[in-house]
Amino acid sequence: MTREVVVTGMGMTTPLGGDVASTWSALLAGTSGISTITEEWVLEQPCHIAGFMAVDPTEVLDRVETRRMDRSQQAALVAAREAWADAGAPEMDLDRLGTVIATGIGGVTSLLNAHDTLRERGASRISPHLVTMIMPNGPAAIVGLELGARAGVHTPVSACASGAEAISYAARMIQEGRADVVVAGGTEAVICDLTMAGFAAMRALSTRNDDPQTASRPYDVDRDGFVMGEGAGVVVLESREHAKARGATIHGVYGGAGLTSDGHHIAQPDPEGRGASRAILAAISDAGLTPADIVHINAHATSTPQGDIAEFVAIRAALGSDADSTVVTGTKSMTGHLLGGAGAIESIFTILTIRDRVVPPTANLTNMDPAIDLDVATSPRPLPAGDIAALNNSFGFGGHDVALVFRSN
Amino acid sequence: MSQQDILEGLAAIVNEVAGVPVEDVQLDKAFVDDLDIDSLSMVEVVMAAEDKWGVKIPDEEVKNLRTVGDAVTFISANS
Repeated sequence: MTREVVVTGMGMTTPLGGDVASTWSALLAGTSGISTITEEWVLEQPCHIAGFMAVDPTEVLDRVETRRMDRSQQAALVAAREAWADAGAPEMDLDRLGTVIATGIGGVTSLLNAHDTLRERGASRISPHLVTMIMPNGPAAIVGLELGARAGVHTPVSACASGAEAISYAARMIQEGRADVVVAGGTEAVICDLTMAGFAAMRALSTRNDDPQTASRPYDVDRDGFVMGEGAGVVVLESREHAKARGATIHGVYGGAGLTSDGHHIAQPDPEGRGASRAILAAISDAGLTPADIVHINAHATSTPQGDIAEFVAIRAALGSDADSTVVTGTKSMTGHLLGGAGAIESIFTILTIRDRVVPPTANLTNMDPAIDLDVATSPRPLPAGDIAALNNSFGFGGHDVALVFRSN
Repeated sequence: MSQQDILEGLAAIVNEVAGVPVEDVQLDKAFVDDLDIDSLSMVEVVMAAEDKWGVKIPDEEVKNLRTVGDAVTFISANS
């Protein structure tokens, strides 16, 4: 009998708000966090739009802290502090506290700035903080140091599935008895000329530059790519017994995870969605549930022409006719795609959806792609009372498939 | 450049790099023991001082700069 894992804290900073409450209310209102990039370099590039954090972390964090951290680390720290406070900042044996914070790409903007310094001013002017600013495990390490966590600090990396993989890894630490509490999530902040050029070269980005707020439109026939976002999401996972013993508020229950790989292509989804459907079924099975129990899916739904179809095929393959009674949403329509942060913020959205019994809408879905047969919410949709469960899908370049299940009790 | 000017400039650098209040940066204070400047922050202090006063502070010299006063004396003598 593995130990049960519950969610006792949540924190985030996103293009919709600097915390969970403001992001969630903007999401339910169908608000877009996407805007035009005002820097000159965009004029050389096909994509001019992105979702910047609504509250810049440098406005929240101490000045000395920020100068030693990459922007992705700053976002993770902001989200982790909110999550930890939300969990009641438990006094605990720190040997039993872990952190698992993922990133898809790491401190790329710090690397590029340092490269400019190297070229312009020489090696002697490189910051002694550069290495810890660019290492992918930096966000996990910074959060771990902040809290004094000593059960382990980990950083799974699986591109846009990283945030979800981090949560599954954290839950496993608790289930296996390595930790009682794990602070887990994902972060990303790589909106800059080089990364945008790279994703644009893959033809992965939307170029709906004249109307940024409608550019991310999952499931719509006119979708033309994803919109890059930045930010972080962090949850506090805890064994139920530990949470109960200290009287913590339980926001939701971690059900289980399914992790597979496509074995198909480095960047294209398997058109038959085989890896993704196996991940979904594995997550449902890990949660001790059946497809009929899933009332809601927070889909990966990046708004790319191929990706949304492949995920639909996977959902249908996994759930069969039970997909008819599942309300699907694509929240990237409002937040943009936070890459390594996506699975984390969307896990929090899934937990909030179950807690508040309301599915946030998919914005900008005006003409449903006729090839996609799913019940997609275009306005907030109520969920039934009683015991319910929901799924969060995340997929990443490299062929990573991660599905997480959360439950109401 | 008076010693007082250098002290004030150094205090501003230490404040920028490590958040130590300017008024705490006094000649008799040790960087590590009193001001809690770790080795990485010390590298930043040295870099900023080199830029500000056009001095070269070699690594083998940095270990002799135990106190703020040691640094002020070195910069004063070499700038």
